Amino acid sequence: MEDFDDVVQEFLVESYENLDQLDQDLVALERDPTARDRLASVFRTIHTIKGTSGFLAFAKLEQVTHAGESLLARLRDGVQTLDRRGADVLLRVVDVVRALLAEIERDGREGDIDIRDTVVEVEACIAGEPAPLPAADGAGNAAPAEAPKADAAEAPAAEAAPVEQAEVAEAPAETPAETPAQATPAAEAASAEEPILSRRGVADTSVRVDVELLDKLMRLVGELVLTRNQMVRATEHNGDHTLGRAAQRLNIITSELQEGVMKTRMQPISHLWSKLPRVVRDLSNSLGRQVNLELEGAETELDRSLLEAVKDPLTHLVRNAVDHGLESPDDRVKAGKTPDGTLTLRAYHEHGHVVVEVADDGKGVDPKLIGATAVKRGLLTEAQVAAMDPDDVLRLVFRPGFSTAAKVSNVSGRGVGMDVVRTNLEAIGGAVDLRSVVGKGTTWRLTIPLTLAIVQALIVESANERYVLPQMSVRELVCVEGQSSARIEYVSGAPVCRLRGRLLPLVRLNEALGGPAERPEENGEAIYIAVLNGEGHEFGLVVDRVLTTEEVVVKPLASHLKDVGCYAGATILGDGRVSLILDVLALARNAHLGSAERAAAAAAALAEAAAQRAETRDRLLVTRVSDRRVAIPLSMVTRLEEFPVSAVERVGSREVVQYRGQILPVLRLSGLLGSWSEDVSDTVPAVVYSSGGHSVALAVDGILDIVDDTAPHGPADGDGLSGSTVIDDKVTELLDMRRAIMAADPDFQLPEYETPDYLVEASS
Amino acid sequence: MSTVRYATFEVAGQLFGLEVSEVQEVLAFSEYTPVPLAPGHVGGLFNLRGQVIAALDLRVRLGEPRVERTGPAMNVIVRTDDESVSLLVDRIGDVVELEDTVAEPVPDTLSGPARELITAAFPLADRLMLALDARAAVRGEATVA
Repeated sequence: MEDFDDVVQEFLVESYENLDQLDQDLVALERDPTARDRLASVFRTIHTIKGTSGFLAFAKLEQVTHAGESLLARLRDGVQTLDRRGADVLLRVVDVVRALLAEIERDGREGDIDIRDTVVEVEACIAGEPAPLPAADGAGNAAPAEAPKADAAEAPAAEAAPVEQAEVAEAPAETPAETPAQATPAAEAASAEEPILSRRGVADTSVRVDVELLDKLMRLVGELVLTRNQMVRATEHNGDHTLGRAAQRLNIITSELQEGVMKTRMQPISHLWSKLPRVVRDLSNSLGRQVNLELEGAETELDRSLLEAVKDPLTHLVRNAVDHGLESPDDRVKAGKTPDGTLTLRAYHEHGHVVVEVADDGKGVDPKLIGATAVKRGLLTEAQVAAMDPDDVLRLVFRPGFSTAAKVSNVSGRGVGMDVVRTNLEAIGGAVDLRSVVGKGTTWRLTIPLTLAIVQALIVESANERYVLPQMSVRELVCVEGQSSARIEYVSGAPVCRLRGRLLPLVRLNEALGGPAERPEENGEAIYIAVLNGEGHEFGLVVDRVLTTEEVVVKPLASHLKDVGCYAGATILGDGRVSLILDVLALARNAHLGSAERAAAAAAALAEAAAQRAETRDRLLVTRVSDRRVAIPLSMVTRLEEFPVSAVERVGSREVVQYRGQILPVLRLSGLLGSWSEDVSDTVPAVVYSSGGHSVALAVDGILDIVDDTAPHGPADGDGLSGSTVIDDKVTELLDMRRAIMAADPDFQLPEYETPDYLVEASS
Repeated sequence: MSTVRYATFEVAGQLFGLEVSEVQEVLAFSEYTPVPLAPGHVGGLFNLRGQVIAALDLRVRLGEPRVERTGPAMNVIVRTDDESVSLLVDRIGDVVELEDTVAEPVPDTLSGPARELITAAFPLADRLMLALDARAAVRGEATVA
């Protein structure tokens, strides 16, 4: 009902504005009955009100405007010319419309205002008949050439209203007791006086502003943000306290102003969502699904241009969820779920972005199926898929030409869907990702910037020039120097970086921008890699230095530079210098990431990496478990975490922690290995391993080191161990990872290909 | 017969002129942000009161080799329909008032990229001034890289 009220409110504001114009137009028309543009404008206004009132089921309003429209149509077509009487009748129509609008504004209904006489009058005027008596009275009594408002206000007075009629004017809802002749002026009286009070409720608290003006304000605020940045930087090096304080205030005010102006362009996401219940209803009916649609955070606001940009992707995701995500009621019952599925749309703010989630509790997306399809479509080889993280396998759905729908339906699944969703979002500096648990459901997550004009940026340096990367596409920053675990290797000439056991293709910014090929890391210099996300691929951008983050205002690129293709725009940094904003997608494309040859190279890289791994074995994470040293292959480590002791809860005989929205089983290695941990500490260091959407945590007493596994392995001498080796002159036991994971979570699906090398070796 | 005022400047030893009405302003600027991979005639970007302006090296535009500029370079900023573009020149000259009857056709001997940028030649007291077509000069597509 609230949505409906919004529609009515908008209708009222718009109609009042148009009616004010209408009064002027009609008076002018009376003087110059042939002014076609005015006539057309009057016709449009009445026509609009008629259309909307029909849609909103305001029958009286529709009827009276319809009559007015018929007369206007004749005037417009030249069948009839506007004379005094015609103008009077039309003004009367306007006044009745006002009265009706006032009534609607007051209680949402049209009330008991009588419109019959007005309609009859209009019809008489069209037919050229003499006006019905009471109306002729009203019109005749009105002073000639009066302003329309005065006309309306005077009409009841001209009736020489006795006392009881004044009462009628005050309470128009009770008019039916009176004769029709008196009712019309009474309604007019009401229309002339009451809206003055009530209209303030709608029209006076909101102002219509041209979007262009808002855009201009936004641009100006952008300039102010830049000037602020320059000012703040300048005062940092200046000892003047007064200036410093002024700069600080300027800083705060600018931020507030920026926020305020941005707000003027904001619209709640409910504008988009309001259409979805219908979409979901129609779709689920035609597909035989039962769907509960839940909307959370409908009041979350977004820049209007962005709202427009995410409309199609969002609708597509919703349709996709109903079509492919949720199962039929029968299948759901078989799977032990309720027959009706739940589709939840959730919008909220996070880290200066708006996140919109589309979550269903359907069958989920199976990485195996996705992987198989990718192989079938020739996008990847089986070996490549096997080496990929399951989450990355899921992300294959964003590749162009990918669709897993077994049969193409008219709803979704033409194979153009998800990559278009991704392209649309990346075009506005947003991102899309998905999480899915087979059998439990899928969550699509759209991350949308708050505004287009100002972006959070990472400033990097390459060849002594600064470049701007949109923070949105930066996943992480890695520093590569002599001792760090990340290393740059070359696979058939293409640089890659091994990052946590995965191969990350690298693009050197210097070279990508036409600079000379340099390998500073070979001279022992540290280099920095910004891990970027472009077109669904991750790649590392090698830069000389990472400088800072800053809010920058995106300036359009001079037309001369648009064809260069690797810049998304330019901006002015805090020191006033111009800097180029890199187009991450174009960089990825230019480097041929993801193209066929690159895929082949990557496959070769994997083979080579596997061969290398066989030679050098893996790197090991050395942990402390009570007084023992226990090593875990680094490839089996997804993350290192430290949980507060209080977060570890007991479920039956097991221990768990809540972690990233999941319940994570915790296994204390001391328990598995049969030693007693005497540590009393507030936190529990843990090694988290994730695969296929499942995770386990192995709690240890401390993380000691990461080393290359080079020493020979000896036999295992205890349960849960697979061998031992010597690291830093100390005997270190090798954990039987498979055993440990199974002990933590017996249901854990451990992929074959992730079996650590040394297990094979130790058992041979 | 009417007179037109030209802002004159020197590039590679030759005097050129742009109609004053086409010129937004003239200023010296020394810090340009290079644009890697851009066509050779793009001299760089600079910040003009909060606007990012592309500076085109008129020398390169006219088919002359690029010269490393040291110190501030002179910019003739030309305002076109929707953006301002700067032309990098060697030296700024006077504003001259010329009668359009004095104009002579472009010498046939003039060839190369300069040909399409020049609309007329004006013999001044001591030298020849070539009138530049502002729009053609700031247009991007010419292949002079």
